[in-house]
Amino acid sequence: MADATEFKRPTGASDRGDFGVIYHQPDPAPDDRAVLRTEELLLNMGPQHPSTHGVLRVVLELEGERVLKATPHLGYLHRGTEKLAEGKTYQQVVTLTDRLDYVCAMTNNFAYVRAVEKLLGVTVPPRAEYVRTIVAEMQRISGHLFWLGTQALDIGAMTVFFYTFREREILIELFEKLCGARLTYSYYSVGGVTNDLTPDIIGALRAFLKTFPEKITEYNTLLETNRIWLARTKNVAVISADDAVAYSLTGPTLRGSGVNYDIRKAEPYAAYADVDFDVPLGKNGDTYDRYFIRIEEIRQSARIISQCLDKLPEGPVSIDVPGITFPAKDRVMLDMESLIHHFKMACEGIKPPKGEVYCATEVPKGELGFYINSDGGNHPYRLKIRSPSYVHLGAFDHMARGYLIADIVTIFGTYDVVMGECDR
Amino acid sequence: MHPLAQFVQDRFPGAVTDVKEAFGELTISLRKDRIADVCRTLRDDPAWRFNLLSDVLSVDFPDDEERFEVIYHLYSIEKRHRVRLKARVTEDDCRIESVTSVWPGANFMEREVYDLMGIAFTNHPDLRRILLTDDFDGHPLRKDYPTEGKGWRNTFEFLPKGEGPSVL
Repeated sequence: MADATEFKRPTGASDRGDFGVIYHQPDPAPDDRAVLRTEELLLNMGPQHPSTHGVLRVVLELEGERVLKATPHLGYLHRGTEKLAEGKTYQQVVTLTDRLDYVCAMTNNFAYVRAVEKLLGVTVPPRAEYVRTIVAEMQRISGHLFWLGTQALDIGAMTVFFYTFREREILIELFEKLCGARLTYSYYSVGGVTNDLTPDIIGALRAFLKTFPEKITEYNTLLETNRIWLARTKNVAVISADDAVAYSLTGPTLRGSGVNYDIRKAEPYAAYADVDFDVPLGKNGDTYDRYFIRIEEIRQSARIISQCLDKLPEGPVSIDVPGITFPAKDRVMLDMESLIHHFKMACEGIKPPKGEVYCATEVPKGELGFYINSDGGNHPYRLKIRSPSYVHLGAFDHMARGYLIADIVTIFGTYDVVMGECDR
Repeated sequence: MHPLAQFVQDRFPGAVTDVKEAFGELTISLRKDRIADVCRTLRDDPAWRFNLLSDVLSVDFPDDEERFEVIYHLYSIEKRHRVRLKARVTEDDCRIESVTSVWPGANFMEREVYDLMGIAFTNHPDLRRILLTDDFDGHPLRKDYPTEGKGWRNTFEFLPKGEGPSVL
């Protein structure tokens, strides 16, 4: 301030100085402060910002470093999945769901095939239910590890990223053994799963579970009482329980505010009714609580997997109903009827009865719902994906107001947003 | 009749046009001008407490007289039950009242319906396109939107190729 008033313009120079610079002309005000002009600043963040985990643009209205308003601009990753699905058979849509939340493709497949099965009214064999639960919980662990690593990285703690990705890699290799893919699995199929868990995979999974609790402690030693982590997450992006429900938040984001809503408990599906697990709840509704919930959920997921492995029943991993599932490959190679059946399945696909269903599944990010309207044909008349990331971004403005610019990165991260799922 | 449907019918005489139970789900069809009132009542009534709006979506039935169907999925965290509310909208009067006053989270959901299906929501605080660009033509989730052939992106002007640096 002192500099501004003491600054002497070069004598004889015009307003527009010799170098094309407009010199600031202080008003002859008695108070030095009066010369400072304040105005709201409009700042564009993204779409190519590393912390947005995809392509998301946010227009921030700032007063100094405080956020007055944050307007998210979505759609950079919109691929028209819902419209595409209207032209595909029911099995083909499974591959589209892989590309929604590409970090947790298994649970997307699961949510979709559950909706189709509800429409068809089929129940899958007990072993398939257990395998589905095991794989979904493996995916939850790997999804939360991904979140923890990237969230810490965004905030500036790089080491955690290497630690969590080390364990995530083990799980992804198991998925690769299970279905041949590392990210886009298409593992769940209508009526069951495509491959059975081999003794090899079960052994590797048990070995993983044995050492995993120590690994969680290891992440926590890096973060739990880390002053920087605390300063960046405590009391940041706080949302009250009432607001969280009013903004339709789900999953760990909702439970961070202390609302007990977990679809695995509220409407048990697969093998969740047979296993014992807790739903962790937060108190303050801030990013730190959500971090704790996700860490605790990883522990619970490990518990669920080991219980399921102990109880794993014998039997097939898929139903065998003509018109819903493909015939076994070895039969297709040998008898004519199976070959015809295979051909009809590939060309015509599944024809569910007329009607509409909405089926919600607890995925790592929240409630993933599939609404399917069937007109009795072999492809959905209308498919609607209720993706948690999209709904969560609706609360972004509400949760970002009043915080600092630097906190925006934390607030993105607190929802565990994946833009593929958000924009669809 | 399902007790919830009975409740809505008693509280809002004439508002319910159809009640259906299928696949273990209850669907209540309503007249479109009552949707926000019914939503508010269902949210606040202590017997039902539908406090979570799961989703808002729309379906297009081009052959029907009332072409569009707007669907609301409600859930009660406390009572653990779900319901689906429906309202029909005609093509000529493609408007329905917004439920953002009941659930602020409906903001983005309704914007998506507006963007992809072209149904306007009255009293919505910020009704703009959300997934598509502002200058996009048409509403792609309508059944008559072409999925093949030349479209909007073919109207983009090609920038002439530059001549490159004059001195290498």
